[in-house]
Amino acid sequence: MAKPNVLIFRTAGTNCDKETDFAFRKAGAKTELDHINLIKQKKDFSSYQIICIPGGFSYGDDLGAGKIFSLEIILWLKDKLKKFIEKGGLILGICNGFQVLVRSGILPDLDFTQSLSLIENDSRRFEDRWVKLKIETKPSCLARKIWLKQLPELIYLPVAHAEGKLFCNQDSLAKIKDNGQIALRYSNGEDNLVSYPNNPNGSLDNIAGIVDKTGRVFGLMPHPERFIFWHQHPSWSQEKIDACGFRFFKNSINYFK
Amino acid sequence: MIWRIDVFSKKKEENEDLKSQIKDLGFQDFSLTTKKVYLIEAELKLAKIEQVAEKLLIDPITEQYSVSQGIFTQEPSPQEVMVVYHPGVFDSVAASLKKAIGDLSLDVTQVHTATVYHFEGLNQAQIQSLGPKVIYNPVIEQVADYKKLKDLKSLSQLVAGSYRFELKLIDILGADKERLKKISKDGCLALNILEMEKIQEYFKKLKRNPTDCELETLAVLWSEHCGHKTFSGLIDYKEEKDGKTIKKERINNLLKSTIMKATKEIDSSECVSVFDDNSGIVKFDQGQNICFKVETHNHPSSLEPYGGASTGIGGVIRDVLGTGCGFKPFASIDAFCFSNWQIEDKKLPKGLLHPRRIIKGVVSGVRDYGNRMGIPTVAGSVLFDDRFLGNPLVYCGTLGIGSADKSFKKVKKGDLIVVCGARTGKDGIHGATFSSQELDQEAMGLRGAVQIGNPIEEKKVTDALMQAQAKDLFTAITDCGAGGLSSAVTELAKGYGAKVDLDKVPLKYKGLSYTDIWISESQERMVFFTQEDKLKELEDIFAQEEVDMTVIGEVTDSNELVLFYQNNKVAELDMDFIFSSLQVSKKAIWIDKKQKKEQLKEKDNYNSDLTAILSSANIAPKDWILDQYDHEVQGGSVLKTINNSPIRVNDAAVVRPKLSSEKAVVVGCGINPFYSDIDPYWMAASAIDEALRNVVSTGASLDKTFILDNFSWGSPEDPQVLGSLVRAAKACYDYSVYFGVPFISGKDSLYNEYNLGNNKITIPGTLLISAMSVLDNWQLALTSSFLDQDSLIYLVGLTKPELGQSEYLRQKGIKQGLVPKVEPKAKDIFVSLSNAIGKKLVSSCHDLSEGGLAVAASEMCVGSGLGASLFLEEVPAQENTQDQHLLFAESPSRFLVEVAKEKKQEFEKQFQGLPIGLIGCSCSDKQLTIYNKKSVKVVDISLSSLEESLRKTFKEFRWKPKETKAK
Repeated sequence: MAKPNVLIFRTAGTNCDKETDFAFRKAGAKTELDHINLIKQKKDFSSYQIICIPGGFSYGDDLGAGKIFSLEIILWLKDKLKKFIEKGGLILGICNGFQVLVRSGILPDLDFTQSLSLIENDSRRFEDRWVKLKIETKPSCLARKIWLKQLPELIYLPVAHAEGKLFCNQDSLAKIKDNGQIALRYSNGEDNLVSYPNNPNGSLDNIAGIVDKTGRVFGLMPHPERFIFWHQHPSWSQEKIDACGFRFFKNSINYFK
Repeated sequence: MIWRIDVFSKKKEENEDLKSQIKDLGFQDFSLTTKKVYLIEAELKLAKIEQVAEKLLIDPITEQYSVSQGIFTQEPSPQEVMVVYHPGVFDSVAASLKKAIGDLSLDVTQVHTATVYHFEGLNQAQIQSLGPKVIYNPVIEQVADYKKLKDLKSLSQLVAGSYRFELKLIDILGADKERLKKISKDGCLALNILEMEKIQEYFKKLKRNPTDCELETLAVLWSEHCGHKTFSGLIDYKEEKDGKTIKKERINNLLKSTIMKATKEIDSSECVSVFDDNSGIVKFDQGQNICFKVETHNHPSSLEPYGGASTGIGGVIRDVLGTGCGFKPFASIDAFCFSNWQIEDKKLPKGLLHPRRIIKGVVSGVRDYGNRMGIPTVAGSVLFDDRFLGNPLVYCGTLGIGSADKSFKKVKKGDLIVVCGARTGKDGIHGATFSSQELDQEAMGLRGAVQIGNPIEEKKVTDALMQAQAKDLFTAITDCGAGGLSSAVTELAKGYGAKVDLDKVPLKYKGLSYTDIWISESQERMVFFTQEDKLKELEDIFAQEEVDMTVIGEVTDSNELVLFYQNNKVAELDMDFIFSSLQVSKKAIWIDKKQKKEQLKEKDNYNSDLTAILSSANIAPKDWILDQYDHEVQGGSVLKTINNSPIRVNDAAVVRPKLSSEKAVVVGCGINPFYSDIDPYWMAASAIDEALRNVVSTGASLDKTFILDNFSWGSPEDPQVLGSLVRAAKACYDYSVYFGVPFISGKDSLYNEYNLGNNKITIPGTLLISAMSVLDNWQLALTSSFLDQDSLIYLVGLTKPELGQSEYLRQKGIKQGLVPKVEPKAKDIFVSLSNAIGKKLVSSCHDLSEGGLAVAASEMCVGSGLGASLFLEEVPAQENTQDQHLLFAESPSRFLVEVAKEKKQEFEKQFQGLPIGLIGCSCSDKQLTIYNKKSVKVVDISLSSLEESLRKTFKEFRWKPKETKAK
C-alpha cells in the first residue's frame, strides 16, 4: 500500500505539531498539518488513515485544558470523525490532544459525552519530567494490538503538562479496566505502589494512556514524539536507551501495511 | 444584561497553594475556598447562559456552577473578597471565553472574569490585610467594590473610557529652565534640561510649539532605554590608586570603544549581522543562520513579578521574530538575581514585595509564557544577594533560526506599514521612560507601566508570520517593544520617512488619545512592511490564524515622520532630528582598592565546609525551576542543564534547532556579581571565562562561539558606579579580543537602585555573559557527570590563592581575599581541551566555578552515582596555596576532566606546556574522598549525603505530596 496519509490538527496554542509531523514522516507517512479553521471546511476525512491531535495549550487552556478545542471539534467535526473511526481510521491524541479527546467524549466511548477528566496535577504546577511507563500485559489490552506492538513492558517517555491527572467515578474506571482500554500506566519499575514523582500527576490507578473499545483511538499524556532520537533521553551518554517513542508512530503506519 | 456565573469544585476543595502562603505569614486554623466568576454582558436568556456554563465553563466531572443576574445579588459576606483586574489590564481568559461563545453562535457584548476568595476562621480586618500581600497584586488587580458595582448596567464601564479628539500643544517656546524641567517631570518624559532646551531650539526654528505626541516621540527615542545614552555618551573617566590619579581618559561612546570594537577587530567570517538588528545573527549551516538576543526586565518584575517576567520573555521572543525578515525562536534561557527569601515579613521595607513572592512570580511568569509559546527554556542561572531586595534582576534570552537570504530587511518608498497581533490598549504607557529612572515608592504606584502577557496571542502572531515569511510576503519586520509603535515605525523607516494614520490602529477599547496609541506598549504586536500586491495573501493567512493585521501607513522618502488622527496632523518631525539625541557627558571614577589576602588555618577535615557550600542557594540545583519549564518541546533536546533524579548538572544546554540536521547549538552563561565588590574588571573577565568554559566543556570550540553582554548596573549619575561600569566594559574588550570570541548583541539596564527614605540600595554591578556555539555534530556534546568507574581524573588549569568573594568566604562572612583572575594561558587551555574532546579523548568534563574543585567533583559524582578519590598534591597550583584554596578557590579557566585509562598518553599530549595534573580516579564506591598534600583524608563523604546537601535548600520550592497514598 502507498504511504498512509496523516492529518494533524492544529489551532491557536498547539505547539508540538511540527515535531509530531516530523515523527510521522520519519516513520514513513505522508502528512498534512492544518489549522482547525481549514479542517472544518473539509467534506470528510476519507482520504486519511490517521488523525492526530498533538500537544500544546490550545486557546491557552484558558477555560480548562483542551476545553475550547474540544467544543469546536464537537461542533464542527462530530459526524465526520465518527465516520472516520467506523471506517477503520486511527486517532492519536497526545497530551493536549488527549485532553481534547477526553473532553469531547471521543474517549473512552466515542459517545461525545465526557465521562473522564484530566484535571490539575496534584502538584498544581506544570512539570516536564521523564517517567517510566508500564505497558499493560494482559492479553485483553487493546492498545497492544496496534499502538504498542513490539515494545518492552517498561518504557521511558517524558511528560510535560499541568493538567494530566486522570479522574472519574468508580464505575467509569471499572469499565475502562474491564474492557482492556488501559494502555499505559506510570510505574516505578518495581511494584504497584507508585507515588510522586513516578506518578507525576496523581492520576487514578496510575493511568497514563487509554484507548477506545476498538483500540484504534489512543490518547496519552506522555510525549512519544519527544523520544524518536536516542539523544532526547537525559541519560543517553551513560546508557543507550532505545528511542521507544518512535515505535508508536511506526506501529500506526505498519497497521496499514 | 449582566449575567454572573460562579464555578466551584464539587468537593469544596481548598486552595492549598494559597493557604500555605498565608500560613507563612503566621495565620493558622482557617479554611480557604475559591470560586471562578465569569461576568457576561449579553441579551441572552437564562437557558443560553446555562448552555455557556455547561459547555464552556465547568468540568462536568469535578465542578458545578450557579447563575445570577448582576455583578452582585447581595452584599458579599465579610468572609469573602472578589478580585478583579484594574480597568485596562488585559484579561486573556475573558478573551478566550468570548471567542468560544462566538463558536456557539451566541452574541455577547463583554466578558469579564473575577475570583472569589472565601475564608472561614479569619476576620474581615485580617482578610483585608492579607489581600495585597498574597491574594492579589494592587498593581494590576483590585477588590471589587460592592457599592460601586452593584448597580452597574454595562461592563464596558469597567474598561472603556471615552475620547474626543483635541490637539494638545505643549507651550515650550516661552518656557524658562524651571518650566522646561517641570514639563519633563509632569509628562513623565525623563528628558533632562539640555535635551529640553535642544527641543525648544528646534521648535523655535519652526516657529511653533510641539504637540504632546511630538514631545513623547522624542522622549521615547532619546530615552536611556532606546537611546542608550550612557553607553553612547561622553565619559570623563579617571582611575585612582592610593589617593593619586593614575589614569585619565575621555571616552567617546563606551559601547563602540570596547564591546563593538572587539567584534570589529576579531572580524569573524561567521558573523552575519551584529549590533545592527533586534538580535545578533551568525552562520549555522549552508542555508541557515541563527540569532540570539538577551534582554532584561528588571523594573517591571519588581512591581509585578508574574507580569514583568512573562512580558520579559515575550518581548525577547519578539526580538527574534523581528530579526532580519523574521527568525523562528527555538530555545530560550533566563538568569535571575534575587534576594534571600527567608527574610521575615516584618523586616521587609514598605512598598516592596516579599522575595518569596518575587521568586515564585518570576518563575511562573517565564514558565507560563515560554511553555505556551512552545519554545523550550533550556538553561539558566539563579543567584542570591540581599542587595537585589528592591531590584531583582530578570534576564531573558531567546535563540532563533532563519534563512540566510532573509537575514536583512529591505525598505523602500511606498512600502505599506502594517501592525499585526494584539490590539492596542493603555497598557505600558511610559515603559521606556520609566525604566530609565530610579524606582521609589511613588513609582511602585505607576500602574500604567506594568503589563500582562498573552502568550497565545504571540503564538498566533508567530504562526501567521512564519507562514507569511515562507511565502516572502513582507520585506522588513520589527517588534513593538519599549515605546510601542513610536519606536518600531520610526526605527524601521529610518533613512526614509513615514506617514501613519493613528486612527487606523485597532484598539482594545475606546478612550485612547492619538498619543496613547502612538506610545502604548501593549504586548504581542509586530510591525512589518509589505507591498500592495501581497495584501490579499497576507490577509488570508492572518484570517485563518485569527490574528488582526492592519495597514496603518506608508513609507515615504521625505525623511519626515508625519502622523495623522482622523485627518488631523498631530506630528511632523524631521527624522534626522529624531535620531540626533544629545550626547550626554558624565563623570566616572574608579578607585582601586587594596586587596588583602584572607588569613585561614588549614583544617583536618572539610566535610562540613563542603556540605554547607553545596547547600548554598547559589550552588544548590534549580531543578525545581527547569522542571516547570517545558525544556523539551520542539524535540531538539540533546543535553539538559539539570536532571532531577539523580541530580545531574551539565555546564550548558545543547539543542538541535533543525531535526533534519545533525548540527547542534550549545548555550551557556557566566555571571558572578560578587567579584564586582572587589574589582568589576575581573568580575567581567571571569563572567566571560565562565561562559566560555561552560560551552567548551560541553564540546564547543572557541572559533564557533559568540557572546552577548547584558549589564545591570546602578545609577550612572554616580561617578563611582559609572567608573565600575567602564572598568567592566574594558575587560569585555580585552577578553573578547584575547579569546577571539566576538560579541554579537547586548543590552544594558541602568538605574537599578531603590530609594527608601534616605537609604539607597544599589545592586552590585552585574554582567551576564551568554555564550552560543555551533556544534558540527550533536554527538560531540559532552556531559558533566562521570561516565565510568576507574577513569582518570585530570584537573586542567592553574589553581591560585583566589578566594576573594568566593562562595567559601562569603559563607563564612570573610570580606578579604584576592579576586580570581583569568589565567594568562586560558586560551591555550580552552583550545587544547576542545581538541581533546574533538578527538574523543574525553569521557566527561565539568568546569570549576562557584565552590571550586570540591563542588565540581561532588556534582560529577552525584550525577553519575560513582565515587572518586582525589589527591590535592597533584593539583597544578601556585606555590602559596593552602588546602582551602585547592578545594574551594574560584580561579577561572579550570576544568575537571574524565579520561579513560587507555587514552592517557594521547590526552596528556594535547596539553604540553600547560598546567595539568592527574589528580585521581573515579570508582564504584559511592564515596568522595579527597586527600590533602600530606596524603591525609580531608574530605570523605558518601554520595547520598552529598545529594542530600544539594537538595535540602530549595525544599519549600519543590512540591511534595502530603502523604504517600498506598494503593
